[in-house]
Amino acid sequence: MASQQTNSGNPRVDIEYRRKKSAEEMRHQIISFALMIFLTLVAFVAVGYEGFSSWFIVPFILLLGCVQVVFQLYYFMHMSHKGHEAPALFLYSGLLVGLITILAFVTIVWI
Amino acid sequence: MAAEEKMTLETWPASPEKQTLEGKNKFLGFWLFLGGETVLFASLFATYLALKDKVPSAEHALAKDLFELPLVFVATMLLLTSSLTSVYAMYHMKNFNFKKMQLWLGITVLLGLAFLLLEIYEFNHYVHEFGHTFTSSAFGSAFYTLVGFHGGHVAFGLLWITTLMIRNSKRGLNLYNAPKFYVASLYWHFIDVVWVFIFTVVYLMGMVG
Repeated sequence: MASQQTNSGNPRVDIEYRRKKSAEEMRHQIISFALMIFLTLVAFVAVGYEGFSSWFIVPFILLLGCVQVVFQLYYFMHMSHKGHEAPALFLYSGLLVGLITILAFVTIVWI
Repeated sequence: MAAEEKMTLETWPASPEKQTLEGKNKFLGFWLFLGGETVLFASLFATYLALKDKVPSAEHALAKDLFELPLVFVATMLLLTSSLTSVYAMYHMKNFNFKKMQLWLGITVLLGLAFLLLEIYEFNHYVHEFGHTFTSSAFGSAFYTLVGFHGGHVAFGLLWITTLMIRNSKRGLNLYNAPKFYVASLYWHFIDVVWVFIFTVVYLMGMVG
């Protein structure tokens, strides 16, 4: 990954630069974490507060869950970084098969 | 660059996990595995959704009788926080700070352990208070298979990270073990990804009815 290395000819400067980069990334991750906690709270409150109908709550908490997973994948698991084309292919292929399975099971299984 | 070469802060690369061929292969192979895990868990979710609340008679407890918000909430917070602490560990790994990485991995393991103990308490509670067991109903089988598989993943992750920490405690960081730590942290995040869907689909949707 030579392309990701900065090369100013001065290792100290490079280290400073990289530290700044990773501190910046860390800030993004902390923000993601705060948002994830917030989304979790909203989902729990939506279910705990008994004023909403299930027709609203179910799609709503599913959406919150999906948003949270996107944060987890793209920030915590670094899928937003370069060089994650193959991981994205693997994950989305798995997701495609998985979602079809779920669709099939919830629509054609009855007992 | 030889994998076992002694590294310093100056020579430590920006992406140590992908510096060697072995590291690159691990990274790619592990994501392929995670794609497979996605299919595995999706089929377990599909089974659970198809068999939810399918019980042989009216005496059996249903999802809305079993689940309690506070317990699930605490479990969720524990696992979510452990995901952040493993992010911290990888931050220190990239900054070539072995001691701090070990510290944060240790905290991750403790949080994961607390989650696991809570889950054991929860299952025990369902079995003894509600007679909700693996064989009591199709609902029970599907529930324990899905949530238990996740719990099994947590247990495996704990063993994995602990083993890595002990095995490398005297070695320090190098390009040989950096990919190992990185991949273990990816696994740990994936466990949290699955849990997000479990607490949403199983617990929250179960309580809604």
